[in-house]
Amino acid sequence: MMLPPIEELKTALEQLLPGVSLSVDGHALVVTPKDLEPVCQCLKETERFGLDYLANLTAVDYPPDRMDVVYHLCSMAQKHGPVTVRVSLPRANPVIASVTPIWRGAEFQEREVYDLYGVRFEGHPDLRRILMWEGFVGHPMRKDYVPEDQNAPEAA
Amino acid sequence: MTTAAVSELLEVNLGPQHPSTHGVFRMQATLDGETIVALKPVVGYLHRNHEQIGEHATYIASFPFTDRLDYFCAMSNNLGLAIAIEKLAGIPVSERGDYLRVIMAELTRLVNHVAVTGFVLNDMGAFGTPLLYAFRERERILDLFEACSGSRMMCNYIRPGGVREDVPEGWLNRARGVVTNFPRFLDEFELLLTDNEIIQQRTRHVGVLPKELAVSASVTGPLLRASGVNYDIRKVDGYSIYPKFPFKVPLGAVGDVYDRYYVRILEMRQSVKILEQALKEIPGGPAISPKGLALVKAPRTFRPPKGDAYGRVEAPKGELGFYLVSDGSPIPYRYHVRAPSFINLTVLEDMCRGQKVADAIIILGSIDIVMGEVDR
Repeated sequence: MMLPPIEELKTALEQLLPGVSLSVDGHALVVTPKDLEPVCQCLKETERFGLDYLANLTAVDYPPDRMDVVYHLCSMAQKHGPVTVRVSLPRANPVIASVTPIWRGAEFQEREVYDLYGVRFEGHPDLRRILMWEGFVGHPMRKDYVPEDQNAPEAA
Repeated sequence: MTTAAVSELLEVNLGPQHPSTHGVFRMQATLDGETIVALKPVVGYLHRNHEQIGEHATYIASFPFTDRLDYFCAMSNNLGLAIAIEKLAGIPVSERGDYLRVIMAELTRLVNHVAVTGFVLNDMGAFGTPLLYAFRERERILDLFEACSGSRMMCNYIRPGGVREDVPEGWLNRARGVVTNFPRFLDEFELLLTDNEIIQQRTRHVGVLPKELAVSASVTGPLLRASGVNYDIRKVDGYSIYPKFPFKVPLGAVGDVYDRYYVRILEMRQSVKILEQALKEIPGGPAISPKGLALVKAPRTFRPPKGDAYGRVEAPKGELGFYLVSDGSPIPYRYHVRAPSFINLTVLEDMCRGQKVADAIIILGSIDIVMGEVDR
């Protein structure tokens, strides 16, 4: 079964979930942070969407004030997708509901985004750094991150 | 009179420096006697911020870096990035280029699956012999890679629009020879292993991954298909020219270590079929399309339109995805790698809980991870 085009998907979601505000940008469905959880739940549970597989989860940094989290959703049962879902967060304090309770596959991917971008996922069962070590300061994938100067003399 | 034994939980770190961890990887295990109660994977020892490097280099300059992700499958990694760039900028692929890519991707699958099967057997205690049989075959394919790309493992061969340069004269015949002989090796390999009593005892019903958990945890590749979920991106997306090849998707029934072993053997047999057909049908013509060639010759003038693209391929380990965001400059604004072996590790604890320590080693081996890709 084919997935409806993104515009129809948006209309269908708005009918199913009265009160959510959605918009379409290119091929992405843009969701507000407070609506993310119900929208994801609906995309997974509603049979005609059936997006049971979170293919990819990552963030994009837009200084000075925006931080996006991007989700690519597919269906393994109906073999369609991916659908791109995007959420924009304030860069100074990026907090978003975790989707790990909905898709277990988000567990490590959210930890990675937390580690490299500093986005906090509320409701994540074990939100720790994953690639960098505990005690590391900063988030190395942010656009304003200054890498350590390998040639600088070591402090005494 | 007997007193009940009091058992105390013991914390053991398996790795990071241990031959069974396939690189620098640590399993923080909590044991009750020999039984695993909890197990936390600890990664990042090989982290080099591959994505940050990708955001400071041109699109083409990232190709040699992708070789170092999953260093067993350089060709598949190149293909993933090429497909993402083609999607982003709308670059057509030449017909011969498409065939060469499929040939390389399937040869890579053979390389990966023989190697991982050998390694898992090594982990089981069949020390050396099966691995050397597997590596003997792998060598023949690596020789082919060397002949066409100049490097055995770091191939850096596939480009948007096709491949870097055409294969040398006589290469296709050599490849036909390797592919024709491969099933004979598989028969021999299977004769030694598939019905082997020790392997059966060691792997049946060990590390079972239920279907529902596999789907929910974004598991992909042979690990997913061994659990009985029919999801192969070559079939689902039909990227490149895969729809031309009538291959089957082998599935497991139980989702244990044995099924993963056997699904890989069957996948190799399907890959041989694809290769036979591709080597028979491959047309002449340029190995790269004119648009791709222009981009390869002058990477600094290549400015894809503003926007984003998510390109994915069925790499030997699962779904390998590249997410690119372009701001119209020659350097990607965002470059993200969706690494299959990293995400497949999510379910390691679920598969190990309640199993013995010795089984954790083969369960990890059967997931098939490469730290270059996990840590990026």
